[in-house]
Amino acid sequence: MTLPRLLFGVTFLSVASLAGLLAGCAKPTGDGTGTTPTVELLNVSYDPTRELYKDFNIAFARHYLAEHGTAVSIKQSHAASGSQSRAVIDGLEADVVTLATWPDVEAIAKSGLTRADWQHRFDNASIPYHSVVVFVVRKRNPKEISDWSDLDRDDLTIITPNPKTSGNGKYSFLAAWGSVLAAGGSADEARGFVERLYRRTPVLDTGARAATATFSQKGIGDVHLTFENEAHLEVEESNGSLEIVYPKRSIRVDPPVAVIDANVDRKATRHAAEAYLGFLYSPEGRGIVAKHHYRPWTAGTVGPPEGFPAIEMFDVEFVTGSWDEAMKNLFGEGGEFDRIYQPAKATN
Amino acid sequence: MHTASPPTTVPPSRTAASRARRRAVLPGFGISAAITSLVITSLVIFPLTVLVLRAASLGPAGFLAAAWTPRARAAYAVSLGSSLAAAVISSLVGLLVAWVLVRLEFPGRRILDALVDVPLALPTAVAGLVYSTLYVEKGWLGQWLVPMGIRGAYSLLGIVLVLVFVSVPFAIRVVQPVIESLDKDTEEAARLLGASRSQTFFRVVLPGILPAVVTAFALSLARALGEYGSVVFISGNMPFKTEIAPVLIVSRLEEFAYAEATAIAVVLLGMSLSMLLVVNVLQQRLARNAQ
Repeated sequence: MTLPRLLFGVTFLSVASLAGLLAGCAKPTGDGTGTTPTVELLNVSYDPTRELYKDFNIAFARHYLAEHGTAVSIKQSHAASGSQSRAVIDGLEADVVTLATWPDVEAIAKSGLTRADWQHRFDNASIPYHSVVVFVVRKRNPKEISDWSDLDRDDLTIITPNPKTSGNGKYSFLAAWGSVLAAGGSADEARGFVERLYRRTPVLDTGARAATATFSQKGIGDVHLTFENEAHLEVEESNGSLEIVYPKRSIRVDPPVAVIDANVDRKATRHAAEAYLGFLYSPEGRGIVAKHHYRPWTAGTVGPPEGFPAIEMFDVEFVTGSWDEAMKNLFGEGGEFDRIYQPAKATN
Repeated sequence: MHTASPPTTVPPSRTAASRARRRAVLPGFGISAAITSLVITSLVIFPLTVLVLRAASLGPAGFLAAAWTPRARAAYAVSLGSSLAAAVISSLVGLLVAWVLVRLEFPGRRILDALVDVPLALPTAVAGLVYSTLYVEKGWLGQWLVPMGIRGAYSLLGIVLVLVFVSVPFAIRVVQPVIESLDKDTEEAARLLGASRSQTFFRVVLPGILPAVVTAFALSLARALGEYGSVVFISGNMPFKTEIAPVLIVSRLEEFAYAEATAIAVVLLGMSLSMLLVVNVLQQRLARNAQ
């Protein structure tokens, strides 16, 4: 543990929490384009997309000005995906949302702010890019972790955030569960594996970035389950003390995007908002997405995008049927996750 | 309206209204009272009412099902237990530090005095992160303490540590002015009249500052019960072991279960209000005895 790294972590988290406060106050920080804006968009997103959209906004503003002769200025708001969704429902005037999980956008649709068909308005079920849950391990992989079955060993401790409070945590839980099903195991075997895995999880951080700090800054745990894009950031910042391991198969992460109908209609920003999300699917947009280690989706292609390793993927529907069922049966009150921690005697 | 003041001070012919007007030395009583009630209502009473109403929408059975699960009860116990421990430590440490700052002259005293306020200014999430980084197995302190069996991170001890950190400035700042106002002559008189040093402290000094120490305890307790930012980074958030009630509230919010989340908040609020009430009554008794 060196002092600069400690300070880095401290600064990082304080800035992250301040950003959360800002998001709560509906006062997003600006990404000025230098020209007089005639259209202003607010993109409400989640934590790990900060760097991605900083780049993307500049490119889109240039593109939109060239195409339509209108200057556009995009403001960003980042915090935990679930709390961002609640902020939009409670009145944060987002033109578009780019969130981590399907339930977070669906909750906004259920509140009536956007139409129920939001998923069908952009290609690939409104999912412009994917990620995948991978392993981050210590340098030279001392515990020789190569696949999910290795995580069942007693000599390993695992770092993953609390699935009840974190989208990253939910995906890691689903990935572990699905890895058993995909290998031909039964639901009971999957339950047993996941239970043993969480028994060897010493800390349940409430968010993805806190879990990253626990693993990389505090040196706790042998393997950290996280999104591929987060894993790349973590490894880049570790000065060579961490590396990524791709399991044989893992869960495909589907962060959806949506235009918030009620807000764009009132602010008359629909054209720019739809062009903004559509630009994520353009060659230039896909290039920026890939640069930030998200896997851009391209119509009609099979296999991983250029520069990304091949990995067999399953989705949430394969693991548990639907997100609604996952939220209820796995992460809901008294669900599978709660049962892991239920003392033998107590009944709920 | 009967008042406690002796009747001789006010001639019986004066009406209550003119009496109030005459007694208000400072101007602007009406407008001050209006602003005060507006502020208290909008900042405290109104949000609390919304909180209780939202929880009440569940009905009695739904409220119990949301707020009184075994896991929630375990979380209340962790929250209350660690806050009580922190409040005891903070009020005792606060008394000691305040005494040293007021009564002892030593180099660096002013710097130390200024440092007391630092925990108030620091974002508490930063405190939680730094503490846990220090006390983990590979941390600067943890590498010595963990082999001795002292775990200052991801344990109840860790929670108490950060709660003391965030609450001790309140304790110090409450007790400090009271010690400053103590009359040294009284202590000297007690000694001259033959009281021992311990008698002087326990029978002369302590009764004067005890009400302030109890206030320090109450403030520390209230501060600790509401703390979230620092605790989530050091507690490890293990259900039934180190999970505090506010983490459960956040869990329920993630499921968009607003009413269930507020039910837990209402129980927590009820617990802290009743504890503060007990402390308040105790403090008033002490203050009366001290006079």
